[in-house]
Amino acid sequence: MTHAPISACPACNAAPLAKNIADTEHMNGHILLNVPTVHCAMCIASIEKALHAIDGVKEARVNLTLRRATIDTTRPIDVQVFINALDQIGYPAHELDASLLGQSAMEQTARRLLTRLAVSGFAMMNVMLLSVAVWSGAQGITRDMFHWISALIAVPATLYAAYPFFANAWGALRGRVLNMDVPISLAILLALGTSIYETSLSGEHAYFDAAISLTFFLLAGRYLDHRTRSIARSAAQELSALEVTKAVIRKEGKETTVPVSMVQLGDTVILRPGARMPLDGVVIQGQSEIDRSVLTGETRPEFVTIGSELHAGEVNLTGPLELRATAVGQDTSLAKISQLVAIAESGRSKYTSIADKAAQLYAPGVHILSALSFVGWYLYSQDLRMALNIAAAVLIITCPCALGLAVPAVTTAVSGRLFKKGLLIKSATAIERLAQVDTVVFDKTGTLTDGNLTLIDLPAATAEQLQISHALARSSAHPLAQALAAALSDHGVAEIQLDQVQEHPGYGVSALYKGQPVRMGRAEWVGATPQDHTATWVQVGDNILEFGFADQLRGGAVELIKDLQKAGFDVQILSGDGAAPVSRVAQQLGVTTFHADQTPENKAAHIAQLQAEGRQVLMIGDGLNDTAALTSANVSISPATALDAARVASDVVFLGQRLDSLIGVIALSQMAQRRIRENFQLASLYNVLAVPVAIAGFATPLIAALAMSLSSITVTLNALRMK
Amino acid sequence: MDVLIYLIPISIFLGGIGLAGFLYTLRTRQYDDPEGDAQRILTGEWDDRPKPD
Repeated sequence: MTHAPISACPACNAAPLAKNIADTEHMNGHILLNVPTVHCAMCIASIEKALHAIDGVKEARVNLTLRRATIDTTRPIDVQVFINALDQIGYPAHELDASLLGQSAMEQTARRLLTRLAVSGFAMMNVMLLSVAVWSGAQGITRDMFHWISALIAVPATLYAAYPFFANAWGALRGRVLNMDVPISLAILLALGTSIYETSLSGEHAYFDAAISLTFFLLAGRYLDHRTRSIARSAAQELSALEVTKAVIRKEGKETTVPVSMVQLGDTVILRPGARMPLDGVVIQGQSEIDRSVLTGETRPEFVTIGSELHAGEVNLTGPLELRATAVGQDTSLAKISQLVAIAESGRSKYTSIADKAAQLYAPGVHILSALSFVGWYLYSQDLRMALNIAAAVLIITCPCALGLAVPAVTTAVSGRLFKKGLLIKSATAIERLAQVDTVVFDKTGTLTDGNLTLIDLPAATAEQLQISHALARSSAHPLAQALAAALSDHGVAEIQLDQVQEHPGYGVSALYKGQPVRMGRAEWVGATPQDHTATWVQVGDNILEFGFADQLRGGAVELIKDLQKAGFDVQILSGDGAAPVSRVAQQLGVTTFHADQTPENKAAHIAQLQAEGRQVLMIGDGLNDTAALTSANVSISPATALDAARVASDVVFLGQRLDSLIGVIALSQMAQRRIRENFQLASLYNVLAVPVAIAGFATPLIAALAMSLSSITVTLNALRMK
Repeated sequence: MDVLIYLIPISIFLGGIGLAGFLYTLRTRQYDDPEGDAQRILTGEWDDRPKPD
């Protein structure tokens, strides 16, 4: 909250106000950070304190609901400063592109819906109060007066509040289709019309209360629906804001950072160790090792030198590289993958949600029923006014108050719970599709494993040799060396002093120990025979030590697989990695069905084959080589650390490093499915009971109001039972 | 029944105050972070004096 300083003249405040506006416009100091792990009052306080401590921060505020921090600065500050500050106090943070989020538009729609909800709620309460008097037997002129006052409140309120339904229905009619909004709009308008007509004739029945409460309940459903969707959408967009979109190029001797889209064929691109390839290119300078696990699932680093081809998405490990861009934008190897995805997409049968199926049956049914009762009563009684009244009553009673709430109430409850577990639902029908899964297929690299490597066991060696290895490993930034150093210090191996330590990018590290050369690095370089698993070699004199590595399982992987198998799901592993590492991981996890050396095409084909056997497949993967499989599976999940393409292809994204957040997700979705079905049954039950009454002509406004409120409230309570 | 002439406008007016209040809270963005606001009240940080702007 901002408190305006007390001022003698109101106009004095105008100047600083204008200055404020100018500040925010010129400084561009508005930063959004995604902080996924914030969860308590203490977190909020410590994050805000840490951010405020940075010089130049005007205002920093954490939004716990969206797990997001908003920072306003008085001068331009590099985002990395804030990310580092939060990292130091233990909260990983990512920058978000505020322009990409389109947040303001969503917020505005939500606020407008809430305003309409408030207006209709206010009007409903007042009209209901007046109606109680009519129901309890007001007669003659009193009844007419109450009807007229109701009309005065209900007509403008309904026209305003129900505008979204009218607009949707009009759009649908112009497109010559029927959606849920058509019977809704018709019911509301017909109810208002006949009620005004009846009131003008001093009639007994007026449905003002029904029209406005219908609007209110349906708006509540619409608002819940909108909120769930906007949280999911902004979460998905937040993630795409994490993507690498810049490249460092050298032009006329100067290095500049430019957006990837600006890079042209033949440009010289500079790739520092640890950076990800933004495009495809050929190495023209330097040597290094690259990690292509995201593209192929292989865990073994590969040696690259002048003339080697690199693809977008690969990570440079040791030495700086200069490359000539050979493919940019849509021509990169990513494009090949997206072609595969497009093929998989066209093969995927479009899923129709339960709600859509219900609407397809429902919308024509209601119109026919109401038209039939109008015609029937008109032929029977030759009384147009009565026939119209009954038709309106049928439309109001069958109107899908509860149907409009049945699905949004459940999905709101479920996605709220999933969001707390760190899962973001991107697709509206993902929960329904999850509920039908019977086979779960995992990718290995980056999904079941976290991308880190651990030492399998120590080779037979003297203490001195191990100490030399430790010192060599400590001096390199290569991931294998780092893993080795960590493992050796865990084993209590001391470090030893080495001289002339030198890194040879792409090969390894060499040094002198007591005047004798020692080396650590690739098999070919130290004179060992290469193995098919990941390893590094240390040469001390004539002795060569082999340190073998295995992927480290993601936290919670064992528990998740056990849980899935216990619940009766068929669990399989599909990996692009070699047979040895895959079978090792499968054994650790107790998975008996696994396939190694899978190309992206193989993976998609395997999924298609499972589906041909009549199975419902859940695919969990993170690599670019998984995208086609993710798309062709019935439903798919990827970690937030996955590349953009994989996350786009999947329906659910999980945050954080651990897999155990996925435990119970399928069970939860099945429960949600059951609730949705129950809700539909409840709603239909009310209709089955009330519709004959309406057609028979006994539906008073009291019965309409009761049926509508009761069904809406039971459906909402049933949805909230999700514990 | 004459009393209705006063009571109905009064009841509508009171309801209108509620509506205006709700619209005010909506406009001042009090629903942007319901979870955060529920947690913030637990910290004692600004209990002694208000947060300076």
